[in-house]
Amino acid sequence: MSPALAASTTAPGKSKEAEIKRINKELANIRSKFKGDKALDGYSKKKYVCKLLFIFLLGHDIDFGHMEAVNLLSSNKYTEKQIGYLFISVLVNSNSELIRLINNAIKNDLASRNPTFMCLALHCIANVGSREMGEAFAADIPRILVAGDSMDSVKQSAALCLLRLYKASPDLVPMGEWTARVVHLLNDQHMGVVTAAVSLITCLCKKNPDDFKTCVSLAVSRLSRIVSSASTDLQDYTYYFVPAPWLSVKLLRLLQCYPPPEDAAVKGRLVECLETVLNKAQEPPKSKKVQHSNAKNAILFETISLIIHYDSEPNLLVRACNQLGQFLQHRETNLRYLALESMCTLASSEFSHEAVKTHIDTVINALKTERDVSVRQRAADLLYAMCDRSNAKQIVSEMLRYLETADYAIREEIVLKVAILAEKYAVDYSWYVDTILNLIRIAGDYVSEEVWYRVLQIVTNRDDVQGYAAKTVFEALQAPACHENMVKVGGYILGEFGNLIAGDPRSSPPVQFSLLHSKFHLCSVATRALLLSTYIKFINLFPETKNTIQGVLRAGSQLRNADVELQQRAVEYLTLSSVASTDVLVRAPHLPWGPFLSPDGKCPSPDRAPHNPQATVLEEMPPFPERESSILAKLKRKKGPGAASALDDGRRDASSSDINGGVEPTPTPSPSADLLGLRAAPPPAAAPAPASAGSLLVDVFSDGPAAPPSLGPTPEEAFLSPGPEDISPPIPEADELLNKFVCKNNGVLFENQLLQIGVKSEFRQNLGRMYLFYGNKTSVQFQNFLPTVVHPGDLQTHILLDLALLVVSLRLRHQWAQLAVQTKRVAAQVDGGAQVQQVLNIECLRDFLTPPLLSVRFRYGGSPQSLTLKLPVTINKFFQPTEMAAQDFFQRWKQLSLPLQEAQKIFKANHPMDAEVTKAKLLGFGSALLDSVDPNPENFVGAGIIQTKALQVGCLLRLEPNAQAQMYRLTLRTSKESVSRHLCELLAQQF
Amino acid sequence: MREGRRALLPEVRSSPGHPQQQARPEPPSRRGTQAAGDRTGVAMIRFILIQNRAGKTRLAKWYMQFDDDEKQKLIEEVHAVVTVRDAKHTNFVEFRNFKIIYRRYAGLYFCICVDVSDNNLAYLEAIHNFVEVLNEYFHNVCELDLVFNFYKVYTVVDEMFLAGEIRETSQTKVLKQLLMLQSLE
Repeated sequence: MSPALAASTTAPGKSKEAEIKRINKELANIRSKFKGDKALDGYSKKKYVCKLLFIFLLGHDIDFGHMEAVNLLSSNKYTEKQIGYLFISVLVNSNSELIRLINNAIKNDLASRNPTFMCLALHCIANVGSREMGEAFAADIPRILVAGDSMDSVKQSAALCLLRLYKASPDLVPMGEWTARVVHLLNDQHMGVVTAAVSLITCLCKKNPDDFKTCVSLAVSRLSRIVSSASTDLQDYTYYFVPAPWLSVKLLRLLQCYPPPEDAAVKGRLVECLETVLNKAQEPPKSKKVQHSNAKNAILFETISLIIHYDSEPNLLVRACNQLGQFLQHRETNLRYLALESMCTLASSEFSHEAVKTHIDTVINALKTERDVSVRQRAADLLYAMCDRSNAKQIVSEMLRYLETADYAIREEIVLKVAILAEKYAVDYSWYVDTILNLIRIAGDYVSEEVWYRVLQIVTNRDDVQGYAAKTVFEALQAPACHENMVKVGGYILGEFGNLIAGDPRSSPPVQFSLLHSKFHLCSVATRALLLSTYIKFINLFPETKNTIQGVLRAGSQLRNADVELQQRAVEYLTLSSVASTDVLVRAPHLPWGPFLSPDGKCPSPDRAPHNPQATVLEEMPPFPERESSILAKLKRKKGPGAASALDDGRRDASSSDINGGVEPTPTPSPSADLLGLRAAPPPAAAPAPASAGSLLVDVFSDGPAAPPSLGPTPEEAFLSPGPEDISPPIPEADELLNKFVCKNNGVLFENQLLQIGVKSEFRQNLGRMYLFYGNKTSVQFQNFLPTVVHPGDLQTHILLDLALLVVSLRLRHQWAQLAVQTKRVAAQVDGGAQVQQVLNIECLRDFLTPPLLSVRFRYGGSPQSLTLKLPVTINKFFQPTEMAAQDFFQRWKQLSLPLQEAQKIFKANHPMDAEVTKAKLLGFGSALLDSVDPNPENFVGAGIIQTKALQVGCLLRLEPNAQAQMYRLTLRTSKESVSRHLCELLAQQF
Repeated sequence: MREGRRALLPEVRSSPGHPQQQARPEPPSRRGTQAAGDRTGVAMIRFILIQNRAGKTRLAKWYMQFDDDEKQKLIEEVHAVVTVRDAKHTNFVEFRNFKIIYRRYAGLYFCICVDVSDNNLAYLEAIHNFVEVLNEYFHNVCELDLVFNFYKVYTVVDEMFLAGEIRETSQTKVLKQLLMLQSLE
């Protein structure tokens, strides 16, 4: 067929309409030919089918001619057959009803022993690759592939045809005796056959590595022969003086499917190959053509990939790194780009990390000067990968500088990276805070919620940075125009920690307030809502601002705001500020407690905290239970799990990362990446009330709605609480961990490589509620996750616990059990990176000495893990502070003068003796602090009542520090001797 | 049409001087949001496209199932990302979860879409190898050769690439086979 054939009818028209007109005419003509009485000869049929194809490729729909195309398949003229097959490959979809006819024609061609026809048929199968074709031919093709008499070109096509069928439907291609013979195609004389066969083997060996493992030695020897051949040995397969570059690359990729060869001879030969490639890279080029260097470097980069894959040859890794270092300054942009990309993976190998770091200046320069954004992006990736404690400050500051001019497309990613590096390698927190605030200043729009939430989480958890943070945001807010995210962070931090800088007249409470309020009107609804919450916190922190703030809340623009959230907040906060008295911080007398006010601006809804919302609205933010950093999770989401390994180098840094304990490789991002996870804090409203659940066990723990009843424990089993003999003894640190919680209620109770347990608890009178957060720090699901609380021995009746397990990540699941009962039958899973929450309702029936035990058992990667801790519930949690005058105090002190009612301890100070810290601890312990009772102002005097259901125990305490001797004397007098001794023991360990 | 008759070789590596080039902002390079094939994962050619500067497709070869709308969208997106680049840029563009490796000859862009873990330079030279074969076969190939002999171009592609893999790399062998097939016409 001459080119003119197509051109004559359907050459590109002058205008679109003209073209369409012409084509419609042509289509009508072809249709009439096909429908005509006269049978068309093969040539005409081919001509018209070809025209139809051409019209289709010009972008027009074709809805006829398929039958004629199928007819062409049975022609024995090559050109007719070829057009027929082409039409089918391009136009016939795999579920066409013609497939049976097509398959028939293919079958004939495969059996024809004509290599040209066989190849056409094989190409058609490879191009269409439908399941029907797989079913029809999957058995024949391996036979053709390994048959001794098949032509080379047929073998090539058969190999790749089989690859296509295997990828589409692996079940149709059973492994068999042919597999061994396929492996031996690596030895084939025809390099084209080898080229095709390597691709097939690479694919097959991934699923059946053992069946194909002999390919390793064959691939090594083939590679060795190519690499060591002179540039002209391979004749046809030499490309610009490079012997068989594509085959070499494919062989190197095949080897990356396997670990390093075990056989020393094979390994030695392979290492020799790799060295040869590295050596050749240093030789002068045999041609100045870019094709030559590209082909050579294609092999070099694949070699480096294999070296990195093995990650076992320090010498080769360092050589690879040096080679890439040379490319970093190459004039070819392609090479600089690929070198940066490849170095990124080298940075994560312990052998080459240091070598990569030596190129930091070149990489920073690339970040500044490269014209192609994708190259700059690679440079940023590499800086991120090579970052460690030694260069973090330099890298972060360079990335911040780059951010000012960075392309919009990559700003968010740079912001995330800076935020992660700043957090991970922060030595001092002021640097961390400065860095994040700089981020907001430079690229506020790209600072996602995760990033600014994170800075709040860290500031909340670190009391040594709170003052600095307050001061810094205060200064940042002075700027005439600052980003709304800065207002959010500032509003939140000043609301929580503004008191820390209130002493300075330049940042006195009214100044803080007016500064924040000057931004109010320019902000979005969400930010304004957050600021309103800050204002109500201010009223609590700084009573002197109350009138001003009430005035603001009362203003019509707030009380009648069109936005319902703002309006509701203004109304509620205004009322709250008027009803709340000075004891606004004193906790509410009722359970349940509402959630804390979270910084994302969600107000606790009234139905969740029906009794006394203000009590907890103004509670200081509890420490954030650490888990995977939400920003790291976000970066992973952006990059996809494939990139996660390059990003996480927890291995290198596991021991030194102190603020970011949660940096563990976790491909599945935490589903609850909201700040603090507080949205999930209250138990679901649907949970049965404790009072009525005594005899009723509601099991909604199973996956589906139609749970077999057997999954739930029977009442008898349920009451068989696991005794102390069932659980392992507490871990050695259990006492120490418990001591940390004597004077505080919130924090991280326990943490190891796998698991983190956070605690948040509140106590009121003889009742308590404790939230336990179990975070899975790994990427693997914990199975049979079973946290149990048991009371050793005598305590059984002293503390009553309700347990409710809430699985946050799987919202469908939760379990409610009663009476300190959790059965062993109930198993839960905790997904990698997920957190589950357990709620304990606690009632203190009588005084007690030993805390309950928390036993956590689960299976991690098949191996059972178990862990027993002491639950941070000590008798002082049920302390109710009592204010009294000096006179009353001394009177009661005298009343409790029986020798056994007093417990005294003289001990050395374990911590610096700081009056403020001591005060805070005593308040945390639970007693009231009485001023001007003790004649010596250095001494501390406290009073309170231990509330249990059965009885109340009045307690008086006195702590006398002796700064010179660095000693304390602690005296406790209570109405019950065991309580005196126990409280004395507990408290003495705190100083 | 004069452009269509311009010989494709040698490769264009200088700035194309495209009028839109300065005005159009660089399209955001989208990093993979889903699993991008890791080194040991699937790696293959997803499609091969030959387009001219105006965005007309001169060859589209798909190695993955796409429906027609998706194909059209891919064609337009590839054109948008590739034509704004110049000689200072690399020959690689991240594209959805894949990457495009491309070369420009006269007014034609030859684009191969592969998995992110694939070897960039190997495909970059595979394109050139392919173009040299076309050049031999069509004696100084130009765009119009590809238009009018589209069915032959498909044959050349199938000889050199099959099922998303490189099938044959020897120009001598490919040309010998093509001449043999030509003799059957």
